[in-house]
Amino acid sequence: MTKKTSNTRKTGDTRKANENIVLEARGITKQFPGVLANDSVNFDLRKGEIHALLGENGAGKSTLMNLIYGLHHPDKGEVIVNGKTAVIQSPNDSIALGIGMVHQHFMLIPVFTVAENVMLGDETVKRGSLDRAAVSAKITEISKQYGLDVDPNAMVGSLPVGIQQRVEIVKTLYRNAEIVILDEPTAVLTPQEAEDLFRIMRDLTARGVSIIFITHKLKEVLAVADRITVMRAGRVINTVKPAETDSAQLANMMVGRQVILTVDKKDHKAEGEVLKVEGLSVRDQRNLETVHNVSFSVFGGEVLGIAGVQGNGQTELSEALTGLRSPAGGKVTIDGQDLTGKPPRTITEAGLAHIPEDRQRHGLVLSYSVADNMALCDYYHSPFSRRAVLQPKVFDENARKLIKSFDVRTPSPFVNAGKLSGGNQQKVIVARELSRSVKLVIANQPTRGLDVGSIEYIHSEIIKMRDRGVAVLLISAELDEIMALSDRIAVMYRGQIVAIVQSKKATREQLGLWMAGAHVETA
Amino acid sequence: MQSDKQSSSPVMRILQSISDASLIPVLAILTAVILGGIIIKMVGGDPFLAYKGLIEGSLGSKKALSETAVWATPYIFAGLAVALAFKGGLFNIGAEGQLAVGAVFSALIGYALPEWLGFSLPIYIHLPLAIIIGMLMGGIWAGIVGALKAYTGGHEVINTIMMNYIALNTTSFLLNGVMKDKSPTNVIARTPLIAESARMPAIFDGLRVHWGFVLALLVAFFIWWLLNKTTLGFEIRTVGANPDAAQYAGINVKRTIILTMMLSGMLAGLAGSIEVTGLNYRHELGFSIGYGYDAIAIALLGRSHPLGVVLAALLFAAMRNGSSRMQFLTQMPVDLISVIQALILLFVAADAIIRYIYRIKSKGERVVLTRGWGG
Repeated sequence: MTKKTSNTRKTGDTRKANENIVLEARGITKQFPGVLANDSVNFDLRKGEIHALLGENGAGKSTLMNLIYGLHHPDKGEVIVNGKTAVIQSPNDSIALGIGMVHQHFMLIPVFTVAENVMLGDETVKRGSLDRAAVSAKITEISKQYGLDVDPNAMVGSLPVGIQQRVEIVKTLYRNAEIVILDEPTAVLTPQEAEDLFRIMRDLTARGVSIIFITHKLKEVLAVADRITVMRAGRVINTVKPAETDSAQLANMMVGRQVILTVDKKDHKAEGEVLKVEGLSVRDQRNLETVHNVSFSVFGGEVLGIAGVQGNGQTELSEALTGLRSPAGGKVTIDGQDLTGKPPRTITEAGLAHIPEDRQRHGLVLSYSVADNMALCDYYHSPFSRRAVLQPKVFDENARKLIKSFDVRTPSPFVNAGKLSGGNQQKVIVARELSRSVKLVIANQPTRGLDVGSIEYIHSEIIKMRDRGVAVLLISAELDEIMALSDRIAVMYRGQIVAIVQSKKATREQLGLWMAGAHVETA
Repeated sequence: MQSDKQSSSPVMRILQSISDASLIPVLAILTAVILGGIIIKMVGGDPFLAYKGLIEGSLGSKKALSETAVWATPYIFAGLAVALAFKGGLFNIGAEGQLAVGAVFSALIGYALPEWLGFSLPIYIHLPLAIIIGMLMGGIWAGIVGALKAYTGGHEVINTIMMNYIALNTTSFLLNGVMKDKSPTNVIARTPLIAESARMPAIFDGLRVHWGFVLALLVAFFIWWLLNKTTLGFEIRTVGANPDAAQYAGINVKRTIILTMMLSGMLAGLAGSIEVTGLNYRHELGFSIGYGYDAIAIALLGRSHPLGVVLAALLFAAMRNGSSRMQFLTQMPVDLISVIQALILLFVAADAIIRYIYRIKSKGERVVLTRGWGG
């Protein structure tokens, strides 16, 4: 558990299995303005293993990987690849050393095909023009070899997130990577897609590829990793094997305190239909109908969770309910008021709080201060403005109150929202939305990509709203989140609600089957 | 990370933001002036004498100051027009055309309205009417582009350029035809003189500086107030910074885009109206020597802040005005001023050069002036 034991174990092991070590980082230290991101970090990767790097946001995982990949340069320490000290000045050097990285935010060009994206930066040219055929053939070969199932001629922008990620993996393999770094690969995936990814990871390691798997999800590392290194506040806390540990111990190492992994909630009393959706159909921007004839209700004092593999119409459903997209058909009412196809402000004023799926795109104006962001939906009415003139004092007081009561970590209300960490950005949105007097909360992926501490906090705030009698519609691709928070669970598959069950009666397996499109026996 | 020290005292915050915002423009001007000096030296001139001439010519006498203010007036209005559009995420390249539309209508109201009515109007009705009509027509002209953007997604850069061609060629047609000054001696494409009752009085006897300059300063203050202190300004800035979040927050994005373009066009229209009613007393083909294009440079140099725009407009005006004195003293061509202005703009737009020369660390936030094609 302590640093000492980890070091002794490590030196012993390293000497024995030295020839197996493909990559080693020794004494890496990196100082950013105000933050010691990496503090004498030691890390090694053996051939053909999946080595998980576990830690909260800001623990220094991504910094370490960016140093290895050549995006940053360490202040101290060295990186050894295949037994030789490596000079890595830029990603080009690391690619030449056989290191590939799949970033959390994909580095793909949506209007290019898979083949074009894969060859980008390393174009195969035949008689002065791009040799697409040769590249496609090689992609098909790689794709078959590792069970990746990627069509080289598909347009990247039209592919689901899970497949886009495979394109990124193909990209590294195409450049002959033997070490693949996956930075938070499951943050954007559904349980099924994540399972697929784990299968691919195992296939890769069986063929001699070594994988560094960066994550903050405990279940995943226990399921897939050969070894787990836990980082906290820029330091390596310990390296353990999955068989020798459990999630509680890992969580403890990650945050340095006990964390509650389940949500504590009392029995609910659902009463009064708040949101009523009847026969709703929605088309996406390609004019394809992605939500077909959906009907459900959410009652006051209950959480209805919508589970489903990402891309089954959840985004369009929530956009139609919140006014960001006009529905193609059907009816939406809140407390009996018909709000079908009404603009966002009308729906907000009818009592909706909306925690949007993409917090940086819809939820925040990153160049605005925290105070302005906290008044984003209320700026136009009293007391935030009087006779069309803004009241900065009210903005300021409102922000100070919310920062305090929602525990937003920010130096002051005047700091730009873009400067906060992901968890605190989400807290700004949650504070703004849940502090209003509302009847309905629509929370879409409210904890995606956040650290354990922020997830805990946001979950407890959602449950608080429910206990106050507010209706909550929770849309999440995290089945654990759905099961922990919901009173009833609806499963969405190909734009339809295929089942609605009491969450007490739901099992992971049954929900997973519905999410995968299995037929629903008369429920 | 949250390591930035940020004072919560409002005075300190304002001072900090002023120094942050003005650092690059000030260094850009300094660097351009030094480079300009080197160029003067290289072509055999005396840079110190040249700059002395520039300062004397622009600030050295009452008349010089008055002429600088005269130059600055349309620069301020047109610069504000471009800056306001920038704040709303729009790139208004059409100030030149909107300005011409404003000038034509102000001139028309100025010379023709008394004839139509058959009696003359008092100045307190005729003058404001001429200015307001010109301003509104500039706004409508730009509003068309705003509506095209909002409802069809047509990019405002293309459409404002096209509307410039339409405006300038139509103006040329009118000034050579129905609106031409019919006096027998006239061969120039220009309107008749506007009535006395539509002319803005001079501030001082014997100097050309007119009340339009004071109006420009007041309008700059008004635009600052509008952008920063009103709900409409909040909406314009939000749509400019993040249109998706604006839609989420319940702002009518389409309406705001049209309104921003109209306001921008009204400011550009004012530039034309004020030139007609305050200075030339008629509209003449080619009176605007690229005010609408210089306005883009002024808005960039002024960081789209109304105060910055006023300062940048004064600088550009001083340079234009002082250049003839400079030519007289050193025989350097006045075009040299265009070179220095181009250098300033280059350094402001490509601020990486300035950051490299003076080793200034980037704060990691880029000023997004406008979004890309179809963005």
